Amino acid sequence: MSFDNAYEAITEENDSRWAFGTGFEDPLSGVDTTVPSGVEGADLAAYCLMLGDDALIFSHRLQEWCTNAPELEDEVAIANIGLDLLGQARLLLARAGKAEGGDRGEDHYAFFRAEHEFRNVRLAELPRGDFGELIARLLVFSTWRLALFQRLTESRDPVLAAIAAKGVKELTYHRDYAAQWAVRLGDGTEYSRERITEGLASVWPYTDELFTPHPVELRLGEAGVAVDPSAARAEFDDVLGQVLRAATLDTPEAPAIPGVAGRAGRAGVHTEGMGYLLAELQSVARAHPEATW
Amino acid sequence: MVTAQAVAARVTDPELPMLTLADLGVLREVSEKDGKVVVAITPTYSGCPAMDTMRDDLVHALRGAGYAEVEVRTVLRPAWSSDWITEDGRRKLAEAGISPPGAAPRRSGPVPLTLGPPARRVRCPHCGSAETELLSEFGATACKALHRCRACREPFEHVKEI
Repeated sequence: MSFDNAYEAITEENDSRWAFGTGFEDPLSGVDTTVPSGVEGADLAAYCLMLGDDALIFSHRLQEWCTNAPELEDEVAIANIGLDLLGQARLLLARAGKAEGGDRGEDHYAFFRAEHEFRNVRLAELPRGDFGELIARLLVFSTWRLALFQRLTESRDPVLAAIAAKGVKELTYHRDYAAQWAVRLGDGTEYSRERITEGLASVWPYTDELFTPHPVELRLGEAGVAVDPSAARAEFDDVLGQVLRAATLDTPEAPAIPGVAGRAGRAGVHTEGMGYLLAELQSVARAHPEATW
Repeated sequence: MVTAQAVAARVTDPELPMLTLADLGVLREVSEKDGKVVVAITPTYSGCPAMDTMRDDLVHALRGAGYAEVEVRTVLRPAWSSDWITEDGRRKLAEAGISPPGAAPRRSGPVPLTLGPPARRVRCPHCGSAETELLSEFGATACKALHRCRACREPFEHVKEI
């Protein structure tokens, strides 16, 4: 097949040559997204944004490790974990759009919201530290999220329950990866022990926020749709205890960093690093808002 | 005219091209009603970047076979399990030098923590030796781990049990 110019080639009407361009953008295509009875669509949308933003923002931090990991195997591992979380984010942001009832898709939520509209916990957005900090944060994040998702598989919203059931399989090996590295570093050399100890100390002040329920989580929790995160604290402490004992590390002792007037990530109050993160995450979509490719 | 089921079952996975979508277990249902074909597929992993390509390939294959109207739907539940890879699919994987998965873990309640290497027995797809070791739980795609054979020294990929 020959063409006189490139434009003719790309506009030729034979889409079998293209991997893209048949309009499959909705990751929930064909899924029944009716909002369960007795639940406000706005509440369900807000809750999906919370869980979706946690994954989207932490995934972005993990992507920053591409070309920066200490070894090729870990480079691949971190990228894979970031990809899993991005996939969870896409499903959850798409579910938020359907619950809201308008025509907003995943891209709107990822690229065209302002900082105060993001509902992720602050732990997800903290700037990238060293490998010890990464392992500490991944351990805390995936242990917490796995405990939530495992409970969420019983949600009355079948879409959330299905996303959670899939996510549990992924988070299980994210947590194992982080836990195994935590043991290797903690029970390793003097230097590796120092790095993981400092990493845990730096993320620990943000763990209380993970278990502080937002009113939306409480309302939906009572309706059997969401999980009250405070219910997952005991399991989290138990798993962290197992890892720290195997790693011969002490439980960190650091006071929680409170939000502003009681408001933190779930209410859209973020730390300094969030603005920089969004500036990068959203730059291309905002520079070319109508572009498709 | 070839049935829509037969056309869809022949479409291959973009990342494991030796397998058809049916071999991989992601093709869940093909139905035909009033001249419209509805295909249901399920993602292997939430972030599987091959999903869009699978959908496109299904539409192109079915249109090419004369089905003008095609809809591809996503099925999220039950979540895909490596147990759904068919016997044929397992044989094709092994022939391509990729170790097929063992039985996926089944559990209910809190997920137990694994601090040691996974307790899986993997045979080298090249020489058949059971003397293999795990290099990394994460491989070139989300669904594979990287192993090495101690007997023939060849590295190989293993499809993870999920």
